[in-house]
Amino acid sequence: MTAPKLKGKQTVAFATPPVIVGFGSVVGPMEAQGPLGSCFHKILKDTLDGEQTWEKTESKMLKDAVKMVIAQAQLTDKDINYLLAGDLLNQIISTNYAARDVSVPLIGLYGACSTMALGLALGSMLIDGGYGDRVVAAASSHHDTAERQFRFPTELGSQRQMYAQWTVTGAGATLLAKQGYGVKVTHATMGKIVDLGVCDVNNMGAAMAPAITDTIISHFKDLAIDESAYDLVISGDLGQVGLDISKDLLRQAGYQLDKKFTDCGVLIYDPNQDTHAGGSGCGCSAVVINSHIMQELLAGRLRRVLFVGSGALMSSTSCAQGESIPAIGHAVVLEAPA
Amino acid sequence: MLKMVIPAFLVGGALCVIAQLLIDLTKASITPGHVLVTYVTGGAILTGLGIYGPLVKIGGAGATIPLTGFGYTLAKGAMEAVEKKGLLGAFTGGIEASAAGIAAAVIFGYLMAVIFDPKG
Repeated sequence: MTAPKLKGKQTVAFATPPVIVGFGSVVGPMEAQGPLGSCFHKILKDTLDGEQTWEKTESKMLKDAVKMVIAQAQLTDKDINYLLAGDLLNQIISTNYAARDVSVPLIGLYGACSTMALGLALGSMLIDGGYGDRVVAAASSHHDTAERQFRFPTELGSQRQMYAQWTVTGAGATLLAKQGYGVKVTHATMGKIVDLGVCDVNNMGAAMAPAITDTIISHFKDLAIDESAYDLVISGDLGQVGLDISKDLLRQAGYQLDKKFTDCGVLIYDPNQDTHAGGSGCGCSAVVINSHIMQELLAGRLRRVLFVGSGALMSSTSCAQGESIPAIGHAVVLEAPA
Repeated sequence: MLKMVIPAFLVGGALCVIAQLLIDLTKASITPGHVLVTYVTGGAILTGLGIYGPLVKIGGAGATIPLTGFGYTLAKGAMEAVEKKGLLGAFTGGIEASAAGIAAAVIFGYLMAVIFDPKG
């Protein structure tokens, strides 16, 4: 017997699409100076925000984002069935420490930059499956904690390649509910690992573009639709380099997405901010989706959005050993309220 | 003074340009760490071959300050110590000659860490 909600190979269609009844974003000062600065809900004065370490700051941002969406819906922790959250750090410590102060059952996720999309997809499955009424999906990243873990000590002042992306300091959270008014999650497409052999940890856009493209094409094929079904396809976070590659790959596959395809990492910073190829990190798509995109959907300026989170799933050990980067893309369909 | 400054600028600048090209023109698996190690060992080898010494005569600090200069001090110290102490000098000479640089790095590194409380 086939699963009734499974469409094609990788896509699920929700029978009763879960509703996003709350969304929140917390960002650092640099993200606040970007083009979307006015969309965010809370802005830190500096990247430490009064904490002793950046790790503590990241964890606090995540906790604040989660608490924010619960309070927005005038609920308390006990009304939430699951917290699905993740971040970039080893053993997802930002999430685990943040969850100490949130008395909600935790499902920790690691999907690198795809975490927000992964959380939205799984949270929607839990609700539509009847395993919970309210779920919070959240993700965070911090520029300085990520640099320390994945690249070089910040004090070293290493030169960054022009195709490198800048890890966003920020955390975003979404409150999904069985009922209510808000943006709906109608479909989800879970991605496969795609690894075409890119080994350069600074070139995540190129590593992730084939995975994102694969997920978008699978989504279209599973539902027998094409790009005309969406006002916007937004990836998080390919950056400028990865976005251009992905557009090329889609064009070769016969999809003309050029104008309606953008990327959270491209939107979040202004080119004058000298981040090179744009933003990245779990927090990037988490804050862009949970501010600008949700606001556009609620205002009716966007009707249907395909959000594809992209993850570069390497570790600093695998990179040092010369392994290539396994990449993944998870997609969810966001639909404006009727 | 210009007689010293210009050759120092040219020699030191050329060494830095080569390092920058190593980063820019090679594949990304070549990191600043690789350049650092290559420069120290490269300086030592060039000294052993008698090439780096003349470069120091021309460029002065332009040749001794970059990392290749550290390799130069190590190799020069080792070769001089071998003449005085025999084979044992190959092991002791390099560190003896570069002791001032190493101690300065430790002391100033410590001082900067105390002053600026690095977190990254």
